[in-house]
Amino acid sequence: MNEKKPLLEVRNLWVKLPDEEAFILRGLGLTIYAGEVHALMGPNGSGKSTLAKVLAGHPGYEITEGEVRFNGENLLEMEPDERARAGLFLAFQYPMEVPGVTIANFLRLAYQRRFQKEVKYTEFYKILLQHLKRLEMDASFAARPVNEGFSGGEKKRFEIVQMSLLEPLLAVLDETDSGLDIDALKIVSNGVNAMRSPERAFLVITHYQRILNYITPDFVHVMMEGRIVRSGDAQLALMLEEKGYDWVRSELVEAGV
Amino acid sequence: MAQQEILRLDEDYVRKYGFYDTLKPVFETGKGLSRRVVEEISYQKGEPKWMRDFRLQAYEIFLAKPMPTWGPDLSKLNFDEIVYYIKPTDRRGRSWDEVPEDIKRTFDRLGIPEWERKFLAGVGAQYDSEVIYHNLARQWEEKGVIFVDTDTAVREYPDLVREYFGTIIPPHDNKFAALNSAVWSGGSFVYVPAGVHVEIPLQAYFRINAKNAGQFERTLIIAEEGSFVHYVEGCTAPVYAESALHSAVVEIIVKPGARVRYTTIQNWSKDVYNLVTKRAVAYRDAVMEWVDGNIGSGVTMKYPSVFLMEPGARGEILSVAFAGDGQHQDTGGKVIHAAPFTSSRITSKSISKGTGRASYRGLVQVLEGAHHSKCNVECDALLLDEQAKTDTYPYIEINEKEVTIGHEARVSKVSEEQLFYLQSRGLKKDEALTLIVSGFIEPLAKQLPMEYAVELNRLIELEMEGSVG
Repeated sequence: MNEKKPLLEVRNLWVKLPDEEAFILRGLGLTIYAGEVHALMGPNGSGKSTLAKVLAGHPGYEITEGEVRFNGENLLEMEPDERARAGLFLAFQYPMEVPGVTIANFLRLAYQRRFQKEVKYTEFYKILLQHLKRLEMDASFAARPVNEGFSGGEKKRFEIVQMSLLEPLLAVLDETDSGLDIDALKIVSNGVNAMRSPERAFLVITHYQRILNYITPDFVHVMMEGRIVRSGDAQLALMLEEKGYDWVRSELVEAGV
Repeated sequence: MAQQEILRLDEDYVRKYGFYDTLKPVFETGKGLSRRVVEEISYQKGEPKWMRDFRLQAYEIFLAKPMPTWGPDLSKLNFDEIVYYIKPTDRRGRSWDEVPEDIKRTFDRLGIPEWERKFLAGVGAQYDSEVIYHNLARQWEEKGVIFVDTDTAVREYPDLVREYFGTIIPPHDNKFAALNSAVWSGGSFVYVPAGVHVEIPLQAYFRINAKNAGQFERTLIIAEEGSFVHYVEGCTAPVYAESALHSAVVEIIVKPGARVRYTTIQNWSKDVYNLVTKRAVAYRDAVMEWVDGNIGSGVTMKYPSVFLMEPGARGEILSVAFAGDGQHQDTGGKVIHAAPFTSSRITSKSISKGTGRASYRGLVQVLEGAHHSKCNVECDALLLDEQAKTDTYPYIEINEKEVTIGHEARVSKVSEEQLFYLQSRGLKKDEALTLIVSGFIEPLAKQLPMEYAVELNRLIELEMEGSVG
């Protein structure tokens, strides 16, 4: 059924911090096709966020081995901004504050870069308001400095506003659900679901099964010690919720991995 | 903002400001300074005896004073290589048509006439030593506002000038104030009668054209009771390999209940020494605001100051400095609380890039009897890369008990995480840096009239272009 090319193909990825010996990603592999939603779960320190940042091009990691192809291109050779313009989006676990820079100014630039066209300020303002509204954020946010003084939940919602605005081909959501109350979780999930389409894929990184009640994944992967150790469908997430990660761990031990 | 063509700053400065006219001045004193040169300047201007004596006395003080040994390196500044007086033309225009063609072209290129039409109450333009154009909109003239060059003021308003000239910054204040007092030429004289609010800014534009030229303008602003004026100055010069000197003196008197705002966007070329003394006195319930943007020049030493003389007086100093490769911006502010119930705030924001160095140097003094004084000092430094430097010299002297003094200093580096965040949204690295810097100076930019905020941002953008290797 998958005769078309993968949207994202990660092969045998080995990643560490430049001045450390230990690897964080240890031969990780992952293939995502357009239209799919993948959930990536795993205990703290298993390398989930590192994967997200490496995909987006964070300069702080050393990639010693492996290959990542995105939409047919060699992703690892691209600058972070080139990746974004090519349609990769990362919703940050800890979004950065940019004092003195308004959301409208920042996102207008981002929008122009992503779609390679000029847009007048007034015109962009209208576009931005639609996306803010979709995530139930007040129009006044447009004039506020990026993430400054936002609550944890507002920051996360604002990440999804950006995703909605920039219409990526692949959106990586790094623990977007953590720190959200149930109402916010629903708003964020609705935002994601509204964007599901045959052209677009999602990689939802999470600790908890909770968000997967709202965003139904096609695939669930369990990550441990820098690689994916188990993959399945949405049922896998429910089993994890019930039995915990120790269950996967013990299975691995039994299997002699 | 980022749609402009990407240009290297140096190249762009040359294109936009760096041109020079091959104009032959009608008179110049030649290189170097002597008693005869000082006399010659006074003679050329046809000055009264008191001004000539003032100059000569100041010249003696200049000789006697040692070079400042604190602060930036001035060892390469050679007083013998400077031309102290260059008179570009015999004419002074009240309409642009009267300005000599060559000079008019310069200011046309800099956009001055256009700015005047759009949003200024009056404009003065100084070219080397002389002011070549001065105009004040009629509505303000009718209300008794005076806005002329200082040479004209000496002739036409001798009593007013004599009453205040050199009283706020006497020649013996410092070596460069003495130098200015000896060889000053041009600058603006502003007088705002009681109760008059000049609602749109007056602007002066300073341009050094000749090689090795010194520009020593002298500005005097008197705001009578309950009046308001906003004075703005901009500065540029062509790029020569040899140094030029800009050493101005600005004196401001803010009478009870008046408010004066003085804004500078300084963009001298990098071979200019910019050594300026600016001081204001504020009386009962008066407000003095300095907004000081230093983007250009090789070395700047400038600490706008406010003396709070009577209860209720308030001083605000807002300083932004950008120190790029090879630049040393030594800036800050000085507030003297000389009366009780006075308040002040100094906000300094500096950005250092490459081999640039930005220093904050500030003095807050609370004199005996100035109880219930309030002062807040905030210094923010942003370092754009590893080798860039910043330092802070905050001096605070308090001789009174019941005072509230706050001091905060922060140094931040542009973090990799912040850059990554912006880049991950599709912004190129230098766009991301520029955005962070413009956000950093935003508290200052929003204090400026729109047009100047745009200009300041544009200058910073130019500084940032090509900054990512």
